[in-house]
Parts: sequence; C-alpha cells; structure tokens
Amino acid sequence: MQIEIILNGKKVAMNVKNDEYLADTLRAHGVSSVRKGCDTTCCGLCTIWIEEKPVLSCAALSIRANGKSITTMEGLYNEAEEFAQVLVAEGSEQCGFCSPGFIMTVLAMKRELNNPTEEDIVHYLTGNLCRCTGYMGQLRAIKKYLGVMQHEPCR
Amino acid sequence: MSLVGKSIPKIDGMAIATGKPVYTEDMAPPNALVVKLLRSPHAFARIKSIDTSKAESIENVECIFTHKDVPKCRFTLAGQSYPEPSPYDRLILDEIVRYAGDEVAIIAAADEETAEKAMKLIKVDYEVFEPVLDFEKAIDHPSIIHQETDLHCNFDIGMQQERNIVSCQKVEVGNVEEELKKCHTVVEETCYIQAQAHAMMETYRAFSYLDHTGRLVVVSSTQIPFHVRRQLSRALNIPASKIRVIKPRIGGGFGGKQTGAVEIFTALVTQTTGKPAKIIYDRKETFSVTNSRHAMRLKVRLGADKEGYIRAMDIQGLSDTGAYGEHASTTFMVVGQKTLPLYNKTRAVRFMGNVVYTNKMPAGAFRGYGATQGTFALETAVNKLAERLNMDPTEVRLKNLIKEGETSLVSGGIKLGSSTLHKCIARGRELIGWNDKYPRREVGDNKVRALGMAVTMQGSGIANIDTASAEIRLNDDGNFTLLIGSTDMGTGSDTILSQMAAEVLETSVEKIIVHAADTDISPYDPGSYASSTTYVTGMAVVKAAEDLKKQIIESGARILEVSADEVELDGQKITTINEGKTISIEKIAELQVLGFGGNRQLVGNATHGSSISPPPFIAGFAEVEVDKETGKVKLIDYVAVVDCGTVINPNLATIQAEGGLVQGIGLAMYEDVRYDKVGRMTTNSFMQYKIPTRKDIGNIRVTFEESFEPSGPFGAKSIGEVVINTPAPAIIEAVYNAVGVRLTDLPITPEKVFLAMQQI
Repeated sequence: MQIEIILNGKKVAMNVKNDEYLADTLRAHGVSSVRKGCDTTCCGLCTIWIEEKPVLSCAALSIRANGKSITTMEGLYNEAEEFAQVLVAEGSEQCGFCSPGFIMTVLAMKRELNNPTEEDIVHYLTGNLCRCTGYMGQLRAIKKYLGVMQHEPCR
Repeated sequence: MSLVGKSIPKIDGMAIATGKPVYTEDMAPPNALVVKLLRSPHAFARIKSIDTSKAESIENVECIFTHKDVPKCRFTLAGQSYPEPSPYDRLILDEIVRYAGDEVAIIAAADEETAEKAMKLIKVDYEVFEPVLDFEKAIDHPSIIHQETDLHCNFDIGMQQERNIVSCQKVEVGNVEEELKKCHTVVEETCYIQAQAHAMMETYRAFSYLDHTGRLVVVSSTQIPFHVRRQLSRALNIPASKIRVIKPRIGGGFGGKQTGAVEIFTALVTQTTGKPAKIIYDRKETFSVTNSRHAMRLKVRLGADKEGYIRAMDIQGLSDTGAYGEHASTTFMVVGQKTLPLYNKTRAVRFMGNVVYTNKMPAGAFRGYGATQGTFALETAVNKLAERLNMDPTEVRLKNLIKEGETSLVSGGIKLGSSTLHKCIARGRELIGWNDKYPRREVGDNKVRALGMAVTMQGSGIANIDTASAEIRLNDDGNFTLLIGSTDMGTGSDTILSQMAAEVLETSVEKIIVHAADTDISPYDPGSYASSTTYVTGMAVVKAAEDLKKQIIESGARILEVSADEVELDGQKITTINEGKTISIEKIAELQVLGFGGNRQLVGNATHGSSISPPPFIAGFAEVEVDKETGKVKLIDYVAVVDCGTVINPNLATIQAEGGLVQGIGLAMYEDVRYDKVGRMTTNSFMQYKIPTRKDIGNIRVTFEESFEPSGPFGAKSIGEVVINTPAPAIIEAVYNAVGVRLTDLPITPEKVFLAMQQI
C-alpha cells in the first residue's frame, strides 16, 4: 500500500508491502544510516525516531508509520555530527557499524533525561550492542558530551 | 616524534560514525541478483536426489546451482598465505553435507522474496548418517566425515582422514615425564574452552559484478582480499588475473572474516550469468553457517621445584574444527607457541594433541587464535600451582616469567627483544589494590568479593610468513598517496599506518591519502590478521616512506645542484646546509611529474617480513563479586596493563584493548555456541547467544607499560589479539578465591558456579 511519512521533515510517499518493516523501507529509500544487525530486536543498530521517540525500525511495520514523523540520523545531522566528533575524538566509534543507532539513542536520551548519572546512561543504552569497543570509550564520550552541554550557560 | 604516540582521530571516523554509505551493502548495485542458500537440515547426510525444476520455473528466478553444477576442485576458505596449512576439503557444493547448515543449493533471483519462495520448492532426498557431535568421541568414530579421495593437503599436517583427525602435533624439548618426576610440586588441570561466536555487528556480505573488461569484481566485507582472490580462482577455475577483490569499510571482523564465508556464492552467480549479484547473511546465518572459535580441551601439567621454579610444562590438547579444516592445524599450533615460551625456567616442555573433524559448523580464526585457549588452560594451572606452593600468584609469575634478553626452551636461541611484563604485573597489583583486597573479603548480604590474575603473550605477525608490501608516492601537488593491502576493519590501522608514514616524511596525516584494500591496486598484503598490521605492514610503510624520503632528498639536492648529503629535509622543503638555498616539496613534486626534475614520479616501495614474532604481553587483574546463594558472578573491576611496545595511537590502542577485554569477558562468563542432540545450533540469535551488554562488564581499566621492540616500527608490537586472553583465567581464579570452586569449563554461568559450590 501507499504510505506517506514525514521523513526528516519532508513529506515522502512510498509504496510498501503490508509485512514490510521500516528498516527495510528506509534503506530501500537510500537512508544509509539505518542498519540491521540482528533479526530479533536485540542490537539497536536500526534505532530511529518515530514522533521523536527512539524505536527499533526493524520491528516497526512501515504501514503503521503512515502519517508519522520519522527521524533518522540524516535529519539530525548537525547534532549527530557534534556528538560523533566527541565519539571519534575518543576513538570509540571503532568499526562504526553500530554508531548511527547508538547516536540516535544517545540524542534521544539527552532529550529525555535531565542530568543522567552514569548508571542512568548505561541503563538507557543497554539495548545498543557494540562488539568492538567494550563500551567504556562510548561512556567516556557521552560523559564529555553531556558535560559540555551542561556547562553551556544558555542551557 | 611528533605523530607517533598521538591520539589522532581515525581518518574514516566521521564517515562511519555518521551513517555514510561506505560499507559493502551500501554500495551494491540496486539491480543485483539476490543470492540465497538452501541448507542441510541434517548434520551428516548424502544428497540422494535433488529436484530444482519447480523452483526454476518461478518467474524472476535467475539460476539455481546444485552439487551437480559446480566445479569439482577442492579448496579451503581459510585466509592464509599460500601454501595454506588448511586442508583443501571443500567444494562449492558437495554431494555430502557435513553439518546442519551446510550448503545444498545456491539460488539467485531478482529479489529476496522470490529467492526464498524458490528455495522452498527445491526437493531434496537425503540419506542421513550418524553424525559425530562430541569432539571427544570423534577419533575412530564409526562415521568418517571426510571420505573423499581428492582431499588435499599442501604439506603434512598430520591428517588421518579415516580417523577424523585433521592434524596431529607434538613439540617436546627435554623429557617432560622425567622432569615431572623430579618436581617437588605437580599440578594438573583439564580445561574446556567453548566455541565462541565473533558476533561482529556487520554480518557477512559481498556483492559481485563484471567490469568493463569482463573481469569478475567482488566487493566484500573481508579481512583477506588477496586470499579471497586466490580462493575464487581455484574454486571457480578462472585465472586470478580475471578477479578483483575490494574491501570497503568493514563492520568488525575479529578473525571471522579471515575465512571467505560468502564471496564464492555471488562470484559463481555473476561469473555464470554475467549479472551483478549480492549476498547478505542474516544474523542466524552469521551465527550458524560461518565459523567460530575452535572449542578445545586442554590438559595441563606443571611441575615446580621447592623454590617455586616451574621446571616442567606439559599441555595435551584436543581441538574441534567442525566440518571443515579452516585454520585447524595452525590455531592448535598457536596454543603451544604462545604458552611454552612464557615461563622459561623450565627444563622440559611439551605440547601435543589432535585436531578433529566433527559434524558441526566449521571453526576458524578468532582473535587470540589458540593463544586464548592456551592462556586459559596454562594460567589456570599456574594459579593452582601458586596455591599449592603457598605463594602469591603474582610472585610465582615474577619468579618464572621470561624477561627481555632471555631465551626459552622453544625460542631456538633467539632472545626476547622487548618485555615490560614484570612491570605490568607490579602496576596491575597497584591499580587493582592487590595488597588490600587479595584474596577475598566478605561484603555482606551473602556476597563476597575476590581477586584473580593472569598473564599472557601473543605474537606480532607470523614469523617468516607474513610479508607486506607498501607503496607511497609523491603526487603532483606535493601530497602523498599511501597504498597498502592491509584491511582496516574498524581498528584504525589505516590511520596509524598514515601516522607512521607522516612521521617518517615529517609531514601531517592530512597530506597523506590512504588507499586500501583492492587487489587491483594495493601492493600485496596477506590482510589484517595474526596481529600483523602494526608490526609487519607498519614496518613496510616505514621502509617505503624512508625510500621515498631518500628520493625526495636526492631530487631536491639535484635541483639545487648539490649532493644529497649537503641538504636537509624538514617536511616542507629541502634546504642546503651551507648556503640555505631551499626548494619546497611541492616544487620537487611538480618538477618530477612534469619530467624536468628527474623524469619520473617519485614512488617509495618496500616489502617487509620478519623472522620473529615479538610478543606483546598483558597482566590482567579481575575483581569479582559472587553471590553465595545463587552463584551469580558480577565483574566489578578489570585492570589490564599492556606491553605492546611503543603505543602508536593511545586512544585507538586503548579502545582495541577495552573491546578485546570485553570479548574475553564474554568468553569467560556468557558466551557459548551450543547444539541440540541432532547437531543443530541452538544459539543462533542474540536471544540465545549472549554477548556482553554495557551492563555486564563492570569497570574496565587499561594502561600501558611501553617497551621498545627493536624490530618493530618505532618500537611497536601488536595489540589486536593479546587483549582477549586474560579475562577468562583471571575471572575464574577470582571466583575460586571467592567461593572455592575452580571452574575449568567455560563459560562460568551462575548455574555452574552454584552446582560446583554444592560439591564442596
């Protein structure tokens, strides 16, 4: 069927099968930041936002997204790049394959949690697997990133 | 040094972190045929008949191959330099299927749905055999897994096909049995190390097409482009000159992609149809039909004298290579290679045993490559020995470990070039709080905290085999292009190699374009495995850069009409020592390519191999908390002190270490590839196969005790593999110190801990 979504702020109409998931729909639409790492909603690689909330796009039926606002990393680019720079400065992107899903979750966390503790951060991101970094560098990057944001007077 | 030792961000970091289309799947042509594989449901069977007619009649099915349709030349998928030590025991498709998941038919269709529909319509009639599932019963089992007469070994690896033995090995120096008799204290421990899945986030994938000259181009998420080219050439019976293999960005490898798991299938489809084709393994396939760590049983005996000197070491092993022999003999050999030299006060050492075929997914290369298994067994035994000797485990090690400038019984008289392992132990003791916390303390609520430690060594490249070439040219604009064939899989090797080149040329990383890895363009490199890239390819890059530097100096001197020893290069320009006349590198570059200055573009070249494989070392310390009521083990703190020689890029080395430690923690505590009674893998998703999440690891601290390895680039050794080895033995020992059970069967699940505690 045909659906219409607001993809990164732009209205897009697309034809999807009834059993198609958003991860596949978006990839077919050229959204390269959305990646699939498992078939069981375990890894977090495909995290996007639907109506500003982080969602695993591999388990979200495309037809259900009809009329909704979808945000991928491509639509958050400046903000994503800002955090990615901290991540990369730490060396903790490693293979990078899990980074977009991870960053989408970090940015969602930033909106959702006010001054999170280390424990809050770890808990919020548990569903984002990474096999390269051992997570510690990611945590260092998040703490640096949030620390910077907290010290900005306008915030 | 201005660049070596600096934490420069990865040159590809921003692109990969922000979702740019730089991985294999992103680049596949939209019209590529989708390749799917029909797989055997049986662990061991013969295909009596196979009928593809119905499947082929479906619209948009391009082609279907069965064992009747493919070339019959056996090969190995192991990524190793020719002549590979792995047996040529595979066909693209075989009449015999040797594990549940073994390929039966290759289907290519216009889309995934059609391919899957067609797959369901293929009718296969199997003659089912009794599978060999228990590797301890494989030798002389009534079922013989490889009965084919055309199985080929490039040289003798101790293969006994009729007994299911792939490789039989024995190394002995001195007389172990005699020395053990003389020892004051002898301990014995039998350890089981499970198969471990690599679980890299990017699953296996490749696509292929024919280029404008009709050559086969394969783009693959691989660690081994040059080896894949050779595999394809042999398996498809086409000249290697007609094949090009390209590696884009890779989403993790860990050794898994040192086996050519998928390329052959799209290559066959493209070669036959002339059309682009792609294959993307899902997670289930990645778990169940590629490769894993070799499961092993290792029995260790150690003997020490009254003073606590280890005088005899004996390791007897059995390794499970699964259905095919990729990396079978070499992984096993490394068990001995990375354990026997460690404690060098020995008078006799022995390593022996067999590698066997079973009807399970083939094993392959996995970070650590036998050293992980060997370290677990040896270090567990050393910890037990320390207890029997009533000595602190760190003291036993300080007393017995090899030091810089020393030899071991198996080192052939070659002295150890660099080691700070003794310092690593001292530093680790400090950081973990050994004096205060060892061995255990009650923390209330039925919980106890305890410490354990272990040490390890790996290698840096394969001595006398790994040989890399590098090429660096001065471009017309004064920038440089560095051509290498090593395969950055996220580690940052492209970055650190450019750091090395920039260091030699006294320029910046920004001025160096790195190109890797493409068999049409890159100079030969075996690929990134065996901890070789920093040490072997790195030295090739240093030599190539030095070669170019010399040429730049000579060219500049010639243009300034002085001899080469009368000028200096400062990275920007050449200056005559006496008169201060200068010429910029840009100008030299311009004149060289335009032909005025020297009639050729300046290109530095080097090929480098090493006759030694200098070991990096780690001392690892674990603090665990064990719940005495449930057996649940929580890792509180892990300290790893690393000697990888000179640290080229501290941030990237730290992340390598932290990531490897967490994979080692997974091996110790959570991960286990398991099968059901008929040989089907039951751990084929992240639901059943648990890799550590960020909640499962506690605190991890990595620090470096740099040494200087004389044979390495800027004194560097390797880091990639050694990092995975210590968590298992250190954590197991910490649990022993906590609750008195020394589990030698990985992983140590709460259930195992609890049950063992009931036996005390």
